[in-house]
Amino acid sequence: MSRTILRPEVTSVAWFKKEKYSTLKPPQMRDRIPEGLLTKCDNCYTALMTKDLEENLRVCPKCGYHHRLPARERLALMTDPGSFREMFTNIQPTDALHFVDSKEYPERLKAARKCGFDEAVITGEATINGRRVAYGQMIFEFVGGSMGSVVGERITRLIEHATANQLPCVVVAASGGARMQEGILSLMQMAKTSGALARHAARRLPYLVILTDPSTAGVMASYASLGDVCIAEPGALIGFAGPRVIQQTINQILPKGFQRSEFVRDHGFVDIVVPRKDLKRTVALLLYYMTGQPDESMRAAVAEARVTEAPAHEPTGAVTAEA
Amino acid sequence: MAITTFDFEKPLLELEQKLAEAEQAEPRDDAMLAQLREELERRQREIYSQLSPWQRVLVARHQDRPHSLDYVKAMMTDFIEIHGDRAFGDDQAMVCGFATFRGRPLAVVAQQKGRDTKENLMRNWGMSHPEGYRKALRVMRLAEKFRLPIVVFIDTPGAFPGIGAEERGQAEAIARNIRDMFTIEVPIICVVVGEGASGGALGVGVGDTILMLENSWYCVISPEGCAAILWKDRGQAERAAEQLKLTPPDLMELGIIDEIIPEPLGGAHKRPEDTYANVAAALERWMAQLTAVPVDELIERRYQKYRSMGRFVDTTVDTDAETL
Ligand SMILES: [Zn+2]
Repeated sequence: MSRTILRPEVTSVAWFKKEKYSTLKPPQMRDRIPEGLLTKCDNCYTALMTKDLEENLRVCPKCGYHHRLPARERLALMTDPGSFREMFTNIQPTDALHFVDSKEYPERLKAARKCGFDEAVITGEATINGRRVAYGQMIFEFVGGSMGSVVGERITRLIEHATANQLPCVVVAASGGARMQEGILSLMQMAKTSGALARHAARRLPYLVILTDPSTAGVMASYASLGDVCIAEPGALIGFAGPRVIQQTINQILPKGFQRSEFVRDHGFVDIVVPRKDLKRTVALLLYYMTGQPDESMRAAVAEARVTEAPAHEPTGAVTAEA
Repeated sequence: MAITTFDFEKPLLELEQKLAEAEQAEPRDDAMLAQLREELERRQREIYSQLSPWQRVLVARHQDRPHSLDYVKAMMTDFIEIHGDRAFGDDQAMVCGFATFRGRPLAVVAQQKGRDTKENLMRNWGMSHPEGYRKALRVMRLAEKFRLPIVVFIDTPGAFPGIGAEERGQAEAIARNIRDMFTIEVPIICVVVGEGASGGALGVGVGDTILMLENSWYCVISPEGCAAILWKDRGQAERAAEQLKLTPPDLMELGIIDEIIPEPLGGAHKRPEDTYANVAAALERWMAQLTAVPVDELIERRYQKYRSMGRFVDTTVDTDAETL
């Protein structure tokens, strides 16, 4: 904070400052640090014990910066251990357009699989504090979390599964947008997924979205914007157009914190910004409020509160028995 | 000065000049005239029957090409414009209202480009802000309330990428439109008359019938945008256009659109009256079909239409399919 006082001219444009820092400290710095042992915070450049950073959910203990969380760690964070049962893995990509850029599309997909996932989303059932939910999580490691036919189909099947089984649906977004290599087919996934959500909503079932860095373009202009509640991690890039495109179009410097979670919340398009460590609890609480059903982490507390505070309406014996 | 003749039309230009001269010549050589006219049409046919995807994109952007409101003016009567989203402002890149088409009232949603710089400033080059999408949804809900079918004219280079657009929730506005258009209980017919760029087009593009003019395009990204991402060079747009499968025949083959509306030889702008007549005929035909469908069935069909879009391998069904 003292830096703000010393260098007000720089801090007036926050990400500009960051750009400047990254040019001052070339990437080779990182290479000199013993492999794996230490990690530099991408925001404050403090050298941290990698182990400590990982144990802190990759949130910098010094500045609170949320580094991107690898997909497996995200799954472990959001769902009960071992509870996730992946579904719709039978849906696999194909090269409908015979798309070639620097690589042929199938080659690109093959290379992307090295991240350990077969597409840019995993979908299935999981429990959150014992509550059954339909759970989808985008895999940023796989072609930037881009949405093609497989992402659209898996998400749609997930939502339809939730609708058919009266389940809440929880989706973690992490995507740069549509998968260009699938052209119009990828665009239409926005329609397909959103249409399925209209049906899920009509059954009064909760749909929660967690926006992580980055959540932009096609995914943001469809299911990632349509949560009953949209939760964002601190500092995530959230928006329709990418900042570079906007800057090229309007040719002016973007405002401080533009398209970051807090900015988007302050403009009314994100409901809550929640630190990573509190995400699961926040989701659990919202699901309780939306369903009226406490999960196993809160059942005892809810029962106790009802016994002491609302004996008039609630047959005390029944609630105590439940607890 | 904007380009009105494309490079690939240069051979025609020469013939057109010859024809013009022959028409002025004294005495008139009727045999020669007939021969020139025939030759010109033959060459036109040749060129226009094998337009490359990129050439089609250029025709879709031709500065004389009819814009959405030209269709409204030519095909409909008594248009009443409805302004504003009742929340922030009025987006003139998205024109909405009510009109009469062949004796029947309907609602119109029209993405509108400008003809000159002044009009383009007002229309923001056909690029809507969130309030445009919100206005469109408001008018579509009005149409639903009064049981009016909806016609959407799509012609946009994209939703506007700007600071205000982001601050006012461009992504949310488009997402909400896409979702809610699935629930609107009146027929929706969408016609891509020029450019159908990405979420900017789909934000008003969920319908029961999707029609495309012969020289229009519809894709997840503009060829320039695609080239900028893939090759860091917008100049490679032609190459991107070849890859993206954005022409009407491509979209027909991919199961996205229902019909291609033919344009006069040389593009919609060469004989606009013929273009309007072709669009009106298609609209009337589809309108008659859709208004006969019971509401529940209409909504179910609309869902299933988009539900089936996408190409993938289902390994439980296509057991011998080669997965990538
Ligand atoms: Zn830090």
